Amino acid sequence: MSELQELYQEMVLDHSSRPRNYRKLEGEHHSLEGYNPLCGDKYTVYLKVNAGVITDIGFQGSGCAISKASTSMMTESVKGRDKEEVQEIFDLFHQMITRNPESDFEPDEKLGDLEILSGVAEFPVRVKCAVLSWHTLQAALEGRDGMVSTE
Amino acid sequence: MTTANPRANENASGKAAGAFDVARIREDFPILKEKVHGKPLVYLDNAATSQKPRVVLDALEHYYTTENANVHRGVHYLSQQATQDYEAARGKIRQLLNASDDREIILVRGTTEGINLVAQSYGRQNIGEGDEIIISAMEHHSYIVHWQILCQERGAHLRVIPMNDDGELLMDEYEKLLGPRTKLVSIVHLSNSLGTINPVEQIIEMAHGRGVPVLIDGAQSTPHMTIDVHKMDCDFFVFSGHKLYGPTGIGALYGKADLLESMPPYQSGGDMIKSVTFEKTIYNSLPYKFEAGTPNIGGAIGLGAAIDYINGIGMDRMAAYEHELLEYGTERLSTISGLRLIGTAREKADVLSFVLRDIHPHDIGTILDSEGIAIRTGHHCTQPVMDRFSIPATARASLAFYNTREDIDALVKGIDKVIEVFS
Repeated sequence: MSELQELYQEMVLDHSSRPRNYRKLEGEHHSLEGYNPLCGDKYTVYLKVNAGVITDIGFQGSGCAISKASTSMMTESVKGRDKEEVQEIFDLFHQMITRNPESDFEPDEKLGDLEILSGVAEFPVRVKCAVLSWHTLQAALEGRDGMVSTE
Repeated sequence: MTTANPRANENASGKAAGAFDVARIREDFPILKEKVHGKPLVYLDNAATSQKPRVVLDALEHYYTTENANVHRGVHYLSQQATQDYEAARGKIRQLLNASDDREIILVRGTTEGINLVAQSYGRQNIGEGDEIIISAMEHHSYIVHWQILCQERGAHLRVIPMNDDGELLMDEYEKLLGPRTKLVSIVHLSNSLGTINPVEQIIEMAHGRGVPVLIDGAQSTPHMTIDVHKMDCDFFVFSGHKLYGPTGIGALYGKADLLESMPPYQSGGDMIKSVTFEKTIYNSLPYKFEAGTPNIGGAIGLGAAIDYINGIGMDRMAAYEHELLEYGTERLSTISGLRLIGTAREKADVLSFVLRDIHPHDIGTILDSEGIAIRTGHHCTQPVMDRFSIPATARASLAFYNTREDIDALVKGIDKVIEVFS
């Protein structure tokens, strides 16, 4: 499989064209906007947290296939998890996409479907696309306001 | 100084030969032989920066290996040689712009610094509370921001000339914006994100009718058309050397001598002063009043070599060739289903900005890069333009005279691949 095919796998394209949890939440919730001024990716992440656990999550916005697929997969991955678990998964995800692409890679099972974004490691300029919504989610969990920027 | 550019005329691919010999021209640009991801480089990001011909690289090497010294201050041989070549470069820039006096050519880092100079010096001196500055809807961010800062500082207002769906300025609206409080008009000559060539002569004439000076941003126009500041009658004109096949970090501000004379210095330092005591400093005369500190001597000499190179080919011939290439590119891209060109002005140069179905330009850029094709993707530092067309970004191919029809064909093939990946 070429590097390009690995990046734009069928499942990535599927998440980007039919994003999951692509909705604003009803009722009381947190929301925070993430923005990458270099490429114009912009997403709002909506969040409901109960007793430290993410009970519901949604997002809306626009951006490239990588950022949209990554956000979509993130929402599926973090629902039902607490802040510490989210941090752990994000750390694993971040390590995966910033690793030396030449090195051997054994995905941690906690990554689940997120593993299909491992091809991002071959495209360092696209790392920002993949992490934008994760940073936004982190900031929202910390109760920050305003806008999160990757620049 | 001519020794710095021994091949300038020799390389100039037969001015009188008629046909534009692009294959021979490409030989002058070493980087065009490079491979990217194992594929031949197709460089279509010329609006961001241009590639450099061998004569420019030679001029830089010649300067640093045989005559490097500081300018305007040494009695020794090398300093005199460096000064002579640095000043010769200023003369070449004057001729390029058809200005009448070397004193009107201020060497700066590039377009951005040139505009900052005007905003900080002319702007602070002449723009006050309630005054207005007119810009256009297609300005580069760097162009919008210093006027915004100045307006905030002074309590002045920014007025924006809108454009139509083709990316052409609405001149009737411009007429309405020109008022008793207008103190400056600041307009881009050739839009970097749309390719529109604005009717600067008409814009200037209308402003002058009300006694308002005009600054023209020539960053994109200078590499693609003959510039004549005398005929244009602009009050200020700025451009960058690196887009004109010269080195980075050098550019020039042209200003009418009487305006420049009346303006206070922009930065202070060596070279911009005639005499200093603790009581009083007397500033140097033009152009040195605005050139504080040791300038980019090598850069200026390299830019001089680039101008010699351009003159050897002839800007009119380069522009005519690029225009044909733009028409070919427009025709080829228009046949791609789901591709929409952004920027379809009647008067247009070198830029093919587009959106493709619902595929984000960033993804287009990554896939084209894997084919060795360099384009720019994003908002091109013109977010208001993107907002005007309700798009987050575009993919932009921008041409130079060393590009070929084969480059366009490679782009079209690359776009087919993008469509294939996303289908």
